Amino acid sequence: MNQTRRDVLKTSSGASVLALLAAAGFVIPGPAVAADWNKAAFEVKTVPEAFKALGAGAPATSADIIMKAPDIAENGAVVPIGIESKIPGTESIVVLIEKNPNPLAAAFDIPAGTETTVTTRVKMGETSNVYALVKANGKYFVAKKEIKVTLGGCGG
Amino acid sequence: MADPMRIRAASKDGVVNVKVLMSHEMETGQRKDAAGKVVPAHFIQSVSATWQGKVVLTAQWGPAVSKNPFLEFNFKGGQKGDKIQLTWTDNKGDKRTDEAAIN
Repeated sequence: MNQTRRDVLKTSSGASVLALLAAAGFVIPGPAVAADWNKAAFEVKTVPEAFKALGAGAPATSADIIMKAPDIAENGAVVPIGIESKIPGTESIVVLIEKNPNPLAAAFDIPAGTETTVTTRVKMGETSNVYALVKANGKYFVAKKEIKVTLGGCGG
Repeated sequence: MADPMRIRAASKDGVVNVKVLMSHEMETGQRKDAAGKVVPAHFIQSVSATWQGKVVLTAQWGPAVSKNPFLEFNFKGGQKGDKIQLTWTDNKGDKRTDEAAIN
């Protein structure tokens, strides 16, 4: 009698752990997230490695990428960055921050019909070059701007 | 789980300007709490915006995007009254979808 009860308890707790894992995203939605999220590119530690992980190699510098960002950011936790690409056939825009622990901050895929301008806010640990990488017609272009940070946004 | 997103979508001359403010901690995984333990990373990994079933923007984010992320973009073709939907998924598998009408 007791034996059965234990077995039942054991199996049911095992099942609920699985259910919890599924709910927390480890079992079912996990692979879906990993599939669209480029883990390798987000985890590298330098800009050239990030370019490589994104398949960009050595992108050409372009004057047709316009970055709207402050020269000096008082608060590194919230640095507004707007990127506009005037390159025809722009497919994606990527923001990289050279001196962050992982430089890749955000990547936007832009379907036809959407204007090639995105604005967001990022964290910067310290004064650093910020790169805007644009993919257009299968080629990669880059622009950079140095943003000075007076108060770091990482490590709080 | 998380609070709703605030979405503003305004149509002007055939172009819809979309501004989104999401409510998310965006914890980097680099920070330590008072006891010296690393606070585990918790951040939005992917975002997608659709209008009438058509994807108008997708994004992949790392933890370097600021807390309570802001996103602005423009797309062509939306009419006043059309619905635009935004969905995000974070690294713990949490999801949130919100929609707003274009005005």
